[in-house]
Amino acid sequence: MKIKLNIWKQENPKAKGRFEKFELDGVAEEMSFLEMLDSLNEKLIKEGQIPVAFEHDCREGICGSCGLYINGRPHGPGDEIGTCQLHMRAFKDGDSITIEPWRAKGFPVIKDLIVDRNAFDKIMSAGGFVSVDTGQAADGNAILISKIAADKAFDAAACIGCGACVAACKNSSATLFVAAKVSQLALLPQGKVEAKRRALNMIAKMDELGFGSCTNTGACEAECPKGISIDYIAMLNREYLCASFSEAE
Amino acid sequence: MSKLDSKIPEGPLAEKWSKYKASMKLVSPLNKKKLDIIVVGTGIAGAPAAASLAELGYNVKSFCFQDTARRAHSVAAQGGINAAKNYKNDGDSVYRLFYDMIKGGDFRAREANVYRIAEVSNAIIDQFTAQGVPFAREYGGTLANRTFGGVQVSRTFYAQGQTGQQILLGGYSALKRQVALGKVKMFSRRQMLDLVIIDGKARGIITRNLVTGEIEKHSAHAVVLATGGYGTIYYLSTLAVNSNGSAAWQAYKKGAYFGNPSFVQIHPTSIPVLNDYQCKLTLMSESLRNDGRIWVPKEKGDKRNPNEIPDEERDYFLERRYPAFGNLVPRDVASRAAKERCDSGFGVGKTGLAVYLDFRDAVKKQGEKAIKGKYGNLFDLYEKITGDIPYKTPMMIYPAGHYTMGGLWVDYNLMTTIPGLFAIGEANFSDHGANRLGASSLMQGAGDGYFILPNTISNYLADEISTKLPSTDAPEFEEAAKEAKVRLDKFLSINGKQTATSFHKRLGHIMWNYCGMSRNEEGLKKALVMIDDLKKEFWSDLKIPGKADELNQELEKASRIADFLELARLMVLDALNRKESCGAHFREESQTEGGEAQRIDSEYSFVAAWEYQGDDKEPVLHKEELKFENVEVKVRSYK
Amino acid sequence: MSKFFTSSIGQKFFMSITGLFLMLFLLVHLTINSLLLFGDGEIFNMAANFMSSNPIMKVIEPVLAIGFILHIFYASYITLKNMMARPFKYKVANKTDASWASKNMYILGGVIFIFLVIHLANFFWKIKFGTIASISYDGGETELHDVYSLVSGVFKIWWWYDVIYIVGAIFLFLHLTHGFWSAFQTIGWDNDKWIYRLKIISYIYAIIVAGGFAFIPLFFLIKYAI
Repeated sequence: MKIKLNIWKQENPKAKGRFEKFELDGVAEEMSFLEMLDSLNEKLIKEGQIPVAFEHDCREGICGSCGLYINGRPHGPGDEIGTCQLHMRAFKDGDSITIEPWRAKGFPVIKDLIVDRNAFDKIMSAGGFVSVDTGQAADGNAILISKIAADKAFDAAACIGCGACVAACKNSSATLFVAAKVSQLALLPQGKVEAKRRALNMIAKMDELGFGSCTNTGACEAECPKGISIDYIAMLNREYLCASFSEAE
Repeated sequence: MSKLDSKIPEGPLAEKWSKYKASMKLVSPLNKKKLDIIVVGTGIAGAPAAASLAELGYNVKSFCFQDTARRAHSVAAQGGINAAKNYKNDGDSVYRLFYDMIKGGDFRAREANVYRIAEVSNAIIDQFTAQGVPFAREYGGTLANRTFGGVQVSRTFYAQGQTGQQILLGGYSALKRQVALGKVKMFSRRQMLDLVIIDGKARGIITRNLVTGEIEKHSAHAVVLATGGYGTIYYLSTLAVNSNGSAAWQAYKKGAYFGNPSFVQIHPTSIPVLNDYQCKLTLMSESLRNDGRIWVPKEKGDKRNPNEIPDEERDYFLERRYPAFGNLVPRDVASRAAKERCDSGFGVGKTGLAVYLDFRDAVKKQGEKAIKGKYGNLFDLYEKITGDIPYKTPMMIYPAGHYTMGGLWVDYNLMTTIPGLFAIGEANFSDHGANRLGASSLMQGAGDGYFILPNTISNYLADEISTKLPSTDAPEFEEAAKEAKVRLDKFLSINGKQTATSFHKRLGHIMWNYCGMSRNEEGLKKALVMIDDLKKEFWSDLKIPGKADELNQELEKASRIADFLELARLMVLDALNRKESCGAHFREESQTEGGEAQRIDSEYSFVAAWEYQGDDKEPVLHKEELKFENVEVKVRSYK
Repeated sequence: MSKFFTSSIGQKFFMSITGLFLMLFLLVHLTINSLLLFGDGEIFNMAANFMSSNPIMKVIEPVLAIGFILHIFYASYITLKNMMARPFKYKVANKTDASWASKNMYILGGVIFIFLVIHLANFFWKIKFGTIASISYDGGETELHDVYSLVSGVFKIWWWYDVIYIVGAIFLFLHLTHGFWSAFQTIGWDNDKWIYRLKIISYIYAIIVAGGFAFIPLFFLIKYAI
């Protein structure tokens, strides 16, 4: 099939970007969306043009590298998928596809469709860990954790850090990202010790980095490739409020 | 030959590591602050290593080519991580884990190293648990286990089908904690271009800032490579598209020996190639073989819907050939058996290059819900890619390039033949012999990173406490940076017609066809010629758009593929040299009448360590003889 | 704690608390207004006079005003800040599946605010600062302000007021469908079980409150104007 593409191009972080139009013929249904872009790039290079820069790595929906805003949706049409798991069977011959980078103050564009998600690392450094040095651990079975809690913590921990939640949110809020980590560790006894500090510090860092606040639209949940629920945001709010109202540490 | 000293400590196997730890040189906390260590790679070996070294007090610089440390490809490991906890009371022990790995590796691994990794395996699980990794639990709250291929005990810890992701994030969070404490300086989006050696010791690296294109120089007292394997040499593999072997290759060219380069694991359960545009294959975890049954139709070219083929017309070939282990034979055995069926014309699917992995019986017996609990996310993944629903229709699978047992040769300290250069995780050759057992790569990577390297590195650094941090203005750095720049400019100046990817694809085809699941002398010799030709073509007809001083993904690719073209040659040479079949290395000339791999212990019981001699010279082979004092070297049988 | 007031969750907490308080007020308000529907106004006037003469109301009135002001202030501040979090907008409008109301709470709130001004000018101002005729019941024993005539008068005479009030109720409905459960979510009183329940209760609450407020003008419109 033939596809019309409208892609954001921007040479570097400081350059002024613009949309460029491309046409691509011979797109097969079983191609993944990124393979379609690969073939566009191969074509562009052969024609002596500059290919479109986009981020990708594992191509199986787990590394979180890829993330494109396709026709108004982060990771494109389809639920619980990363951009790399989107296939061209989701489109029809002659379709126009507009591809934009994630847009958020916290995610500045580096080039074309690549954005800088370093802010997530900074948020993690603010408290997304359990303070345990190598060698300090007790036997794995020394702490019993109910299957329910472990499963729930796992569902939160499934976050791949792609940033679709921020991209989908009208407020560019990273609350779901923070909520997933805070909840995962708050659900487990190992993480409880530092739960208050963690919630306070991670939210403070998120605010500092220019992300918006959560207004409970649920757009993050709808676009999360791992289907992480906004229940965890309620849990984060609970953790945060308890931490704020409890005695100083 | 003196360089190939494996430095294995004396004494009984079970005491080697503890005695060694007790007697090796230490660095005092005050001196640790004066020492800088570079760790390249942030996967399941690199992130724990960087974090653990920083916890000890060293100044660590951590590098990765991804935008963040959390994306290293360990994230994609699915099935699990082994440990000799014996929580199941099924007779497991450190010795048994050690033995399974030695046997699984077809008696081509070093006993002392393997025993040590089995010894630290339990501590790894404890460490991850303490970090908040949500391992699967039983209702009583204890850790759950599952079975994996090649063993008869249940020792694999897991977090659904995302174990790699979960434990990697454990390591990543430890790393982030040290970043916050200022003990680790993080350099993401950096590609390592060269290793810098001063006075015979590894003293730094040259990197390219992938955003600005700037060539950067970084110095340290020691360099640790945790850069993973080179399975993407096949172009289509289960690895991430950007995984590469360049760091190890640059180290090799600077004098580090390369161990067993031809030992590559072909994973039996990958989603088959669907079309020409594909740039990677998606793995379906080996854990699926716990409940899935592998079969092909008994009739050649049977095109019926698999559900319509009755049991008596199905050939459950693994169960037939290997009744003791059935569908749980090791990966190399399963892969070859599938290839044999497909080559004989019994393959299924459009291309005939696939076999069925069927859950019909498991769903019937345990119910869809139970199966969903175990493999839900894998089934979803499969459905997303193929459009088929594994609960209803059997999966189609085929082997794909996966893991490289080969890598930089290291001694017991995990140090390469270059003093001060260490290699950990998949980047080294050490623990898996000629074949790796499932769920042991995460174990080895994390074990190296958390518990082994942080100990052994002090043995080296103890003698470096008075060495000042080398200046990056040293002539060695200037020289290496200049060379790296010249090379990049060369890629841009060729201005030919073919893209980097097209060369990679062609190289992948050559390697898959002649140096893949089965190899023979004729094919390997042919491959050598083809690789040389392709390399010439690459350097004369490559087309790289853009400039060097900007984000340029094609330039990144070119640099990796140039390295692969050289590494491919070494792999083929190694495969040619080893005229026996062992583990994943199957030489057609060396097989039993039943088509099983035939080892030749009298001639090939060694680690092949290759030494670089120059671009136009053949590398020199050094042999590290393997001594088996604690196990009986037997025919590896899973029948 | 000082950071609490400026943090994203802290600010939302005040939105939530004030919202919950206003929703409670709406229920009381509706309960009294529903008395308009019964009898010839005596019950309503008694209730209205009770409310205006009750000393507790002297305290509650300014609290209510502060509740409104805080709710509006925080809404404006948060909305502005959230808009700044995306300095560069998307070309293609977001098509993510999320309720329209949830994404447009500030617009809905703005319309409700305009309505509120009209509403206050119509009644509150007049009752508080204007002169209202008295009416006596029980043969002159009780003398009450005839608020009933004021309210029913407006609804009976000017049909467009009825329309304004009905439209206002519709906007209120949309605002409440999201606002109700969202308030619980923000204070952390929510989980995977309650989220569905709260969303259903949200709709029930919004239907009762907005429906109730819309029914009153409709009642007068049907009864008298047509």
